[in-house]
Amino acid sequence: MSLDKTTVRKIATLARIEVPEDQLDGLGTELSAIIDWVEQLGALDTDGVEPMTSAVETTLFRRTDAVTDGNCRDRILANAPETAEGFFVVPKVIE
Amino acid sequence: MSDLIGLTLADSLEGLARGDFSARELAEAHLSAMETHRRLNAYTAETPDRALAGADASDARRRSGDTLPLDGVPLGIKDLFCTEGVASTAGSRILEGFVPPYESTVTAKLWRDGAVLLGKTNMDEFAMGSSNMTSAYGPVENPWRRRGDNRPLVPGGSSGGSAAAVAARLCAGALGTDTGGSIRQPAAFCGIVGLKPTYGRCSRWGIVAFASSLDQAGPMARTVRDCAILLRSIAGHDPKDSTSVDRPVPDYAAALTGDVRGLKIGIPKQYRVDGMPTEIDALWQRGADWLKQAGAEIREIDLPHTHYALPTYYIVAPAEASSNLARYDGVRYGRRVEGESTQRMYEKTRGEGFGEEVRRRVLIGTYVLSAGYYDAYYLKAQKVRTLIADDFRKAFEEVDAVLTPTAPNSAFPQGERMDDPVRMYLNDVFTVPANLAGLPGISVPAGLSEDGLPLGLQVVGRPFDEETVLRVGGVVEAAAGFDALPTLLAGN
Repeated sequence: MSLDKTTVRKIATLARIEVPEDQLDGLGTELSAIIDWVEQLGALDTDGVEPMTSAVETTLFRRTDAVTDGNCRDRILANAPETAEGFFVVPKVIE
Repeated sequence: MSDLIGLTLADSLEGLARGDFSARELAEAHLSAMETHRRLNAYTAETPDRALAGADASDARRRSGDTLPLDGVPLGIKDLFCTEGVASTAGSRILEGFVPPYESTVTAKLWRDGAVLLGKTNMDEFAMGSSNMTSAYGPVENPWRRRGDNRPLVPGGSSGGSAAAVAARLCAGALGTDTGGSIRQPAAFCGIVGLKPTYGRCSRWGIVAFASSLDQAGPMARTVRDCAILLRSIAGHDPKDSTSVDRPVPDYAAALTGDVRGLKIGIPKQYRVDGMPTEIDALWQRGADWLKQAGAEIREIDLPHTHYALPTYYIVAPAEASSNLARYDGVRYGRRVEGESTQRMYEKTRGEGFGEEVRRRVLIGTYVLSAGYYDAYYLKAQKVRTLIADDFRKAFEEVDAVLTPTAPNSAFPQGERMDDPVRMYLNDVFTVPANLAGLPGISVPAGLSEDGLPLGLQVVGRPFDEETVLRVGGVVEAAAGFDALPTLLAGN
């Protein structure tokens, strides 16, 4: 499977990563090489095989449904690039 | 080199207990060595004030008789662990300036047991790499060099800073994380011991997530015993990580009996890969002979889907990474690059904040999870993962542990293999299967290559049977008698 420029641009938009126009072709070649390589899995018959969804055989534990954390707004905001009056600030979303 | 930094972690603890030296002297000796060897770039941040304060507190505890299990042991911590009040970057520009307001569970357990933080160790960006070349804070240099060749070598990765620091005696032990070999491969490249515990043995809470179904924290140190001591402190259930398992934590050092009589050790025939240097094959055979001489029974075993482990990993890990790394959006922490809209701000922040390998993997992950491709790639990989885990399950009905080489090659020069991602990925061919199956694995230095570089052997065990893994590893370690010093220290 070869990833063309349009596909790479689309994936980059989905991933919210800006890729300069002049890098799209090169990136497409790199990504295609990786995709071609992983496609060898297609040779394997996996009919009737259950997909693995957990790396460890265990039953999930349950905890009491109680508040264990919170009331730390300032600590949560401490690393934000921009805050105002106790909120994160982002560029205008609604026109 | 100072005698104090030459000590193993276990010997440091004994020396401290006897009063031969103080925790402060031990910390100072390491801080001074860190300064001398800054060129290695093993640490992204040194924390001398915190180290000395921690050491003084430890000395005070010893005086009062309230000694803790790791009291005064100076450690390096991979910069993937969030450390409260100490910048944690994950080797990425996008987390520049991030100072966690909380402590990861496993590091908190180390401080609870009296260990001392020397600094944060360098790593591949977001733990994605096998060479430490993808760090935004510059590559790490391996303290070893090839005989007759002065080119700086990679320490392996992604826990390359931790491995180099342990090998160069810039800490008594270190923490790493292992998603596809990131503890074991650098341990092999730097001639130290590295243990990846069973998935669920240690809490992942407070570790910057790469691939959540594969990530696991583990110890890196100069001996198997040192790793056993550290594992006892960091293992255990954590209510904050629902995948951490509630099982008793044994005294792992007590498992190092040196007795492997009657144990069955599997040699997987599928691990004889094309192009593997004959010296690695020979070392593997030697490892099997050592175990046989010690009374273990060697059996050839079948892990028929081994060949598919790497491509499976390179679907599953990027898919999980693309999801985990969605949080780096320039809103709540780290770097932000302004844009005219929120979407443009996200794109610019992530475009400038991620390095090339991280960008590549996030894009691969986004692609294999995107509409129309999910079944063909991601679901397929999850099914193959089941087959790989089943291979091991069947093998462990016959054998107690599996012996393999850790990596198909020794450390290579900085800058090599950078133009071919797939070739770089092949470094992890022997380590990735244990992550996919969730199994514990250890790398033990077992010999030197013809050009004088360390080579490691790997022991993989049943889920939660770190004790057998450590015991077998300990026998390999004793038989190998690996005592070569890194080039950096051999001249002193």
